[in-house]
Amino acid sequence: MRKNFLAAITAALAAVLLAWLPAPAETVSWTAIRGARIVPVNGPVIEKGTVLIRNGVIAAVGSQVDVPASAWIVDGNGLTVYPGLIDALSTWGLPQAAQAPAQTAGRGAQQLPQLPQQQQPQQPQAQQPQARSRGPQDRPGTFTWVKAADQVQSSDSRLASARNAGFTTAVTFPRQGIVAGHGAIINLGGKTAGEMVVLPEAGLYLALRPSGYTGFPSTPMGIMAYFRQLWLDADHYRQALALYAADPVNIPRPAYDRALEGLMGVKRVLLPAPDPIQMERMVKLAADLKTPAVLYGVVRGYEMAERLKATGTPVILNVRWPAREPGADPEQEESYRELRIRDLAPTSPAALSAAGVKWAVSSDGLETPRAVLRALKQSIDRGLRREDALRALTLSAAEIYGVADRLGSIEPGKAANLVVATGDLFDDSTRVRMVFIDGVRYLPEPELPQPPAGAPGRGPSSEKGEEQ
Amino acid sequence: MRAPVLALTLFAGAACAADVVVIQNGTVHTVTKGTFRGSIVIRDGKIADVGEKVLTPPGARVVDATGKHIIPGIIDAHTHIALDSINESSVSVSSMVNVAEMLNPESVSIYRAMAGGVTVCNSMHGSANSIGGQNVVFKLRWGADARGLIFDRAKPSLKMALGENPKRQGSPQGLQIPGLQSPQNLRYPGTRMGVEDVIRDAFTRARAYQREWKDYEARRARGEKALPPRRDLELEPLVEVLEGKRLVHAHCYRADEILMLLRVFDDFNIRGVTLQHALEAYKVAREIAERGHAVSTFSDWWSYKVEAYDAIPYNAAILHRKGVLVSLNSDDAGGAELMRRLNAEAAKVMKYGGLSEDEALAMITINPAKQLQIDPWVGSIEPGKDADLVIYDRHPLSVYAKVEKVFIDGRQYFDRDEDMSRRPKIEAEKEGLRRKLQEQQKQAMPQNRRPS
Repeated sequence: MRKNFLAAITAALAAVLLAWLPAPAETVSWTAIRGARIVPVNGPVIEKGTVLIRNGVIAAVGSQVDVPASAWIVDGNGLTVYPGLIDALSTWGLPQAAQAPAQTAGRGAQQLPQLPQQQQPQQPQAQQPQARSRGPQDRPGTFTWVKAADQVQSSDSRLASARNAGFTTAVTFPRQGIVAGHGAIINLGGKTAGEMVVLPEAGLYLALRPSGYTGFPSTPMGIMAYFRQLWLDADHYRQALALYAADPVNIPRPAYDRALEGLMGVKRVLLPAPDPIQMERMVKLAADLKTPAVLYGVVRGYEMAERLKATGTPVILNVRWPAREPGADPEQEESYRELRIRDLAPTSPAALSAAGVKWAVSSDGLETPRAVLRALKQSIDRGLRREDALRALTLSAAEIYGVADRLGSIEPGKAANLVVATGDLFDDSTRVRMVFIDGVRYLPEPELPQPPAGAPGRGPSSEKGEEQ
Repeated sequence: MRAPVLALTLFAGAACAADVVVIQNGTVHTVTKGTFRGSIVIRDGKIADVGEKVLTPPGARVVDATGKHIIPGIIDAHTHIALDSINESSVSVSSMVNVAEMLNPESVSIYRAMAGGVTVCNSMHGSANSIGGQNVVFKLRWGADARGLIFDRAKPSLKMALGENPKRQGSPQGLQIPGLQSPQNLRYPGTRMGVEDVIRDAFTRARAYQREWKDYEARRARGEKALPPRRDLELEPLVEVLEGKRLVHAHCYRADEILMLLRVFDDFNIRGVTLQHALEAYKVAREIAERGHAVSTFSDWWSYKVEAYDAIPYNAAILHRKGVLVSLNSDDAGGAELMRRLNAEAAKVMKYGGLSEDEALAMITINPAKQLQIDPWVGSIEPGKDADLVIYDRHPLSVYAKVEKVFIDGRQYFDRDEDMSRRPKIEAEKEGLRRKLQEQQKQAMPQNRRPS
């Protein structure tokens, strides 16, 4: 009895002590950006206010914020704070494919038809030439076991130039084959690759242009048929596994299939849709796959808004606006249709916003991260509201990928991913003074020259020194 | 009534879809019910009345056709127009692909073919494979999106092919593309006998697959727990063929091969096949007629490949006289060139073979409609059928005949005068746009050339 009493006292004391003592080894670090113009995106602009950051997370924002004495103060006078920009479809942070010509060329890759007007990012070729695929059973161009999160490199030289332009986050995807693998939401800064990953499962990237292998499928319709078969096979695999789990004595064990394993629990698929025709095809395909779709590579968004709204499909715009190729034959006359597309493509953002379609922006095909902002400035000149442009680069992108609870706006509880700029982000004269990623400050860095792997059809000499 | 969604329509037909239209006082070639001077009443997209004397309902839009000729919309049973991809040539059996998914409603071939009087066409998978893909029958409703084009009452169909095209991919001498034809890239079959084997093997596998599902359904009905068979998108269309739910269009040329194919179809009990091209079919007309298969051929296209050396322009007439259902097709892909003058192709069977006007017109209207099993709705001018009509300025079997107006589902999609008068305006708009973009590019230039 007495023993029990003592034990109880000890336990109670210990509990009190534990609650009273600060948690061991936990240091709170505070940062405050004071006196800045704050554009939180989810609410009205604060003309002069403070953003308070606690351990990499936004603690408070407003015109009146109590700042702890220990806080490190950043003077924001004359500066504007935005949420960190998000590249909604990127390859930043992933190893860039060495352009390996000749090895697999001449084995059918160049004979494959391409979708009209589809602007393709650089496509890392599959490492080795593969055997000719003779049907869906050979799982052609399929890399469902590849995760961008496993390949992130904090040493990617593009990260610095992206930060210099105000990007703090990218949704980055592997690009090989036709089922390229799983994208990851990554911060564009961090001590280790693992630290950079915000969410390892952003969706599965699908392409309609075969690359890096020969044989089936050689056409977009073949690829679409293959996707359907692959998803049916995954369904069957799931059923077989369930049956086996219920009765391992009588049911034969299904063979492990890494291609199908990688299809379990896919949250969304990314499908290419430059124009309304392809949009209809992809909307139907996604319905058949019973998987929500995000359409990428959208060029003719100005014609697609109504239908996208009706189907509730979010899109990622290609803001490398179509232009006459610099080396194009001057004698070659463009069709009325081409001219119209060139004229109207930059009006897509305004049209999508007006219709209430959720849209974000990709850096694909652009030489520099800053070019994304310049391209959107063109749209602003054609009627896009600045706040809609900003939303696309921040909160909308976060919403599309289901991380709006963590990213996309300046709100307490969200990651302290911020851009501090000298003025309006879309003005040419504006410079980014610093960015914060998980509360860590990054100052502008001199940029390494970009490897010329950028856009298809561009020579290596184009537009050096554009970034200043 | 279907309301086609208007996309970017550069040459969209007059959009006025008055509920009632009367085409008055023209020469009406009904194809199935004779030819006479008379009128056609169109209501809600259908032919409501046709005859020498009809009642013109009050408020109807009247189209005066005095001196003009009206025929049912032309049906082309074999084209490849408006498809963004045609051949999944990587495998010998590609029945899992469907060209309907590749239908491109912005393809100008649709407008051009329609301006030549075609209102329905069967756009097919190519002939690279022994068993090709699924085909699409669509109405040439220029301006509609892909879903709005598709003629959804048409029975689904599958392409097959014999001879040079499918065996080319398997023969070292076949495709002379440097670098492409390495031994790994060759695929079976490389011979005509191999083609037969591929087809027999595919349908044999389809039978086994059909049985597998039946067994599964039976086990489930008995209450047994069982894993359903893996669904196979390659074999499912073939099962539909075996069950008579899907038509077959088989590309073929030589008489010996046609006989081979007839035997394969006999063995698998496949009926109602349309033999495509079939330029030597006249040699085996009786065998085709006996089995009730049909032929869709060219009027006088000849000698463009070894298989076509024995073609004769009497092919269609001979087959027709032997009781085979015959249609004439264009096989057009990009240009819709032959497709725009199928009326002249039909006229040739009068010269070669002495068929009547109605028999000639039937080969581009009601006969292809029967081959595609859409004849309850299109293919002739009869009350109750879709108002797919073409007005010519003179007799449609004259090479001088021009299409003046085209109606599909009662809506006017083409008017020659309107088209001509619209052209200067479009040209001016285009020029204005070109200047504007040039100006923009010039303004953008100095920025890009900032010294680094």
